[in-house]
Amino acid sequence: MAHTEPVEDWCRDYDIFDPGYIRDPFPIWDRLRDECPIAHSDRWGGSWLPTRYSDIHAIAHDPTRFSSDEITVAPLEGGPADGVKAPPITSDPPEHTWARRLILPAFAPRAVEAYRDYTVALCGELIDGFIDRGRADAASDYAQQIPPRVIAHLLGVPPEMSDEFTEWVRGVLELGLTDPDIRMKYRAILMDFLWAQVNDRKANPRDDLITRLLQSEVDGQPVPDTHVVGTCNLILIAGIDTTWSSIGAALWHLARNPSDRARLVADPGLIPTAVEELLRAYSPVTMARVVTADTEVNGCPMKKGDRVLMSFPAANRDPEVFPDADRVVIDRARNRHVAFGVGIHRCAGSNLARMEMQIALETWLDRIPEFELADPESVTWAGGQVRGPRECEVVFR
Amino acid sequence: MKMIINTELCQGHNRCYALAPDLVDIDDLGYASHKGDGTVPPGREEAARLAADNCPEEAITIIED
Repeated sequence: MAHTEPVEDWCRDYDIFDPGYIRDPFPIWDRLRDECPIAHSDRWGGSWLPTRYSDIHAIAHDPTRFSSDEITVAPLEGGPADGVKAPPITSDPPEHTWARRLILPAFAPRAVEAYRDYTVALCGELIDGFIDRGRADAASDYAQQIPPRVIAHLLGVPPEMSDEFTEWVRGVLELGLTDPDIRMKYRAILMDFLWAQVNDRKANPRDDLITRLLQSEVDGQPVPDTHVVGTCNLILIAGIDTTWSSIGAALWHLARNPSDRARLVADPGLIPTAVEELLRAYSPVTMARVVTADTEVNGCPMKKGDRVLMSFPAANRDPEVFPDADRVVIDRARNRHVAFGVGIHRCAGSNLARMEMQIALETWLDRIPEFELADPESVTWAGGQVRGPRECEVVFR
Repeated sequence: MKMIINTELCQGHNRCYALAPDLVDIDDLGYASHKGDGTVPPGREEAARLAADNCPEEAITIIED
């Protein structure tokens, strides 16, 4: 993590890479929500940070005033030189409409069911690998291992590549956010890989998602290769760090809260409800928007070109919307959380992520019902764009 | 009771489908619509209310008898 100057005024000079913010952002959001509620900072390219559910909800529903042209929380100087973005997450209407329709069928509830058996077997095998040791790193030995293999399976690339995927995605999305050299290095590796995959499918069509994207047409024209590479870039990047962070944060919570754990072990039917609550309480993803014309949000003047950080995690802790917002209520039945965003950019992979998370927790709790943190002080977190535990050693009892 | 999904507002979160699969149709893209004319069978009122109260887009309206 890059060196950051200590923050004295969170309202006017916040730092999303501040180590304290990454570890425990919740009291900071509570204060900003009461006092600000839209903070500003000149750090990391400058940005606004709304913290209330209502403001974030409104901005997410206004893609005309708030463009998705640049979505990373710390902008890449000059943008991608090769013209490959990550549609539809980086698209505005009208491109967004057709770019999203291209990928939604692969992530609809019925389509996602096709990956269930694979995910169940995968989670079981991972646990087989460490259960006799009596301890494991819930983040790196388990949570981190699941999404890259599911995504590899879905894209039709070898599952042995999953460790490399994880390294590349962390290079682009985690370590690379504050270090342009790392970011460019891993972006180049990722692009070389995806172009090779696309060229391979053009020569040897298969029954997989990359081939289907290449064979798609929009208005009677084939979808450009650059677009297909960009969409594969999105699926790979967006499907790995995020889901892994959610699974890891859920296990971190359950390691520290024996009553919630016991409740889910006794009643696995409650797991889908618990997954929504854990998604709310530990939402991993913050996305950015760019202001398209001088405007005002809740009395806050924003200029064309300003960037806005969409802290869905902060929205989900807003006590105006969620009673006991700062408490995990494991059976919370009414939960309009926006962990997957809201509006036209709702996470296209949300059904897949939920399925992975439910199976990961079901399988773990079935095999390892009793566990606790080996040492609470040794847990480390990543943050910025995607927040989640990176080291989370637990011992089984 | 009726449960009416505004398909203009639906963004495909599928929260309603998870909570009340018998009351919701999902298309190939993952977008939801209410089954039939939206009439909620006896005994399924709470499922319908939960579907409405969990929709992040507030796209679901409950019409009480």
